[in-house]
Amino acid sequence: MERIPQKIKSLHDSCPASVPTEAGLKNRKYVSNHIQGWWVTIHAFLERCDMRRYLVKKLLTLLILLFLVSIIVHSVLFILPGDPAHIMLGIDATPETLATLRAELGLDKSPWAQYTEWMGNLLTGRGSQSIHYQVPTHDLILPRLAVTGPLALLAMVLAVAISIPLGTYASCHQNRPGDVGVMFFTQLGLATPAFWLGILLILVFAVHWGVLPAGGFPGWSVDFWGSVKALLLPSFALGIIQASILTRVTRSSMLDVLREDYVRTARAKGLKERIVIYVHALRNALIPVLTILGLQLGQLIAGSIIIENVFFLPGLGRLVFLAVGMRDLPVVRDIVLFMAAAVVIINFIVDLAYGFLDPRIRLE
Amino acid sequence: MKRFFSNLNFTVGFVLSSVVVLLAAISLVWTPHEPNLMNADHRFESMSLSHPLGTDHFGRDMLSRVMVGAVKSIIVGLAAVAIGMSLGVLLGLASAYYGKLVDESIMRFADLLFGFPAVLTAILITSVLGPSLINAMLAIGIFYIPIFARLTRAVAMTIWGQEFIAAARASGISEWDITLRHILPNILSPLLIQGTIHFAMAILAEAGLSYLGLGTQPPYASWGRMLNEARTFILLAPWLSIIPGVAIAWAVLGFSLLGDGLRDTLDPKMVRVR
Repeated sequence: MERIPQKIKSLHDSCPASVPTEAGLKNRKYVSNHIQGWWVTIHAFLERCDMRRYLVKKLLTLLILLFLVSIIVHSVLFILPGDPAHIMLGIDATPETLATLRAELGLDKSPWAQYTEWMGNLLTGRGSQSIHYQVPTHDLILPRLAVTGPLALLAMVLAVAISIPLGTYASCHQNRPGDVGVMFFTQLGLATPAFWLGILLILVFAVHWGVLPAGGFPGWSVDFWGSVKALLLPSFALGIIQASILTRVTRSSMLDVLREDYVRTARAKGLKERIVIYVHALRNALIPVLTILGLQLGQLIAGSIIIENVFFLPGLGRLVFLAVGMRDLPVVRDIVLFMAAAVVIINFIVDLAYGFLDPRIRLE
Repeated sequence: MKRFFSNLNFTVGFVLSSVVVLLAAISLVWTPHEPNLMNADHRFESMSLSHPLGTDHFGRDMLSRVMVGAVKSIIVGLAAVAIGMSLGVLLGLASAYYGKLVDESIMRFADLLFGFPAVLTAILITSVLGPSLINAMLAIGIFYIPIFARLTRAVAMTIWGQEFIAAARASGISEWDITLRHILPNILSPLLIQGTIHFAMAILAEAGLSYLGLGTQPPYASWGRMLNEARTFILLAPWLSIIPGVAIAWAVLGFSLLGDGLRDTLDPKMVRVR
């Protein structure tokens, strides 16, 4: 009775207790238990409604965000500069070629018509035409995902595989030499550009030892293991830098959790230290790590643009870099939209996961 | 001052970053050689007395170029932080003050900008305006707006809720004066801390953009640009690929340690347990 919330207590008080006898008192207790049981069910239902409302709200925000992202990308490239055809062709363009390109890009239409045509083509799967390659942009983007995707994934897996054990280790040996060493290296990792680490790795593994390729990509169907080898160094370069951030987050999150009462209880219960750390503490400590992981994935997509150019990997980053050089604006537009959308969607998923893991978030 | 230097992060960061600032300052009046002077007879020289860090593929002195590169990095860092901070603080203050719809729309706008990492913004700007150092600064600065806006909003909201603000209001001070006299001074130290750390991050970002050729244009030296040019000669002259990277890591490490040290001393609440 003591710990029943106020709401139930008032419900309970308003229940007509038929006879104020001893049996009635017993009955009253039964009623309160009964109501409490109902209350739990109702509460679970409400919570599910919360979840659904939270989901709908988040999903709407996501759609609006994606819409705005596409508007920004389109207007920065095609509407603000005045005449994109001029940008693409440079100063020595003849009026005739300019007119042809304008017609080809649909620049003679109103800005809104241009945007809706682009979106319409995108949503119906027709896509827009690359000026340089003369193929639909999705025919350029999708095959290159087979390089960028595995690269980012491998880097992420590596980062997680390094950082979680290392961060946990550091938190358990706080301020001892092991921890200080780990913190020193992560500080160094935070200050090192991933692409320079890539260059250093080339110097060591490709130039000095000659065990891994310095760049290039044979293609998955041509040479599977060669392709894996080609992705090793760049994903190491990206992954190690990501790992230094994640290690620090894991460590500080673990330090917070290890101070919690329930960890002390678990220890007092006589559980093995390993179980306390890996089962009780780490699981809770991973929630903030997950958020950072999501944010990092967005950064990873951006980072891959540079690293792909260091290793001459035919991925999205290399494509967008070349497209900027050739002023192939439709390709630039579609890739930037794709990457920005990826960042936004990943953050959305992380937000959701966070809401699932921590119910306090979705009640806000 | 003693309080700052008893902090290891601050001291190490201070020493490392002073070296960078000093080198940059000296390079404004004197460099060992003309940084953009090509000398075909002295290509790919390794370290010597006249060229302490060797020469590159045009025979240009590496030490002079590293020194000039430091100036570029500092300018980009300052400009990016200035752009991000000024707009971010304005938006954050407005967000915390007006709340509701204004807050919601500013925060969604911040989310939107956050969807464009500096590299993507730089690619967008560059494809329209062409590559230049100013565009790189702009791209990094724009990416910083949501970061500073969120920070300012968070701090300002907690301060608005405090009792001394209620007291100030009760004594009839206008809200504008409260913002200027009470809210802003309280935001200064977190801004200084984040500003220093993001200054370091801007150097890192500029290096990446310059490596892609979206920042400083040749023949001018910047650390990222030098790494880009050295990539071709990695077999012939590996030190060309190492020196600029060391400079980047040195500067970034220095300024971010400085920021960490500032945080440790100025904002003891933020340091939980070290």
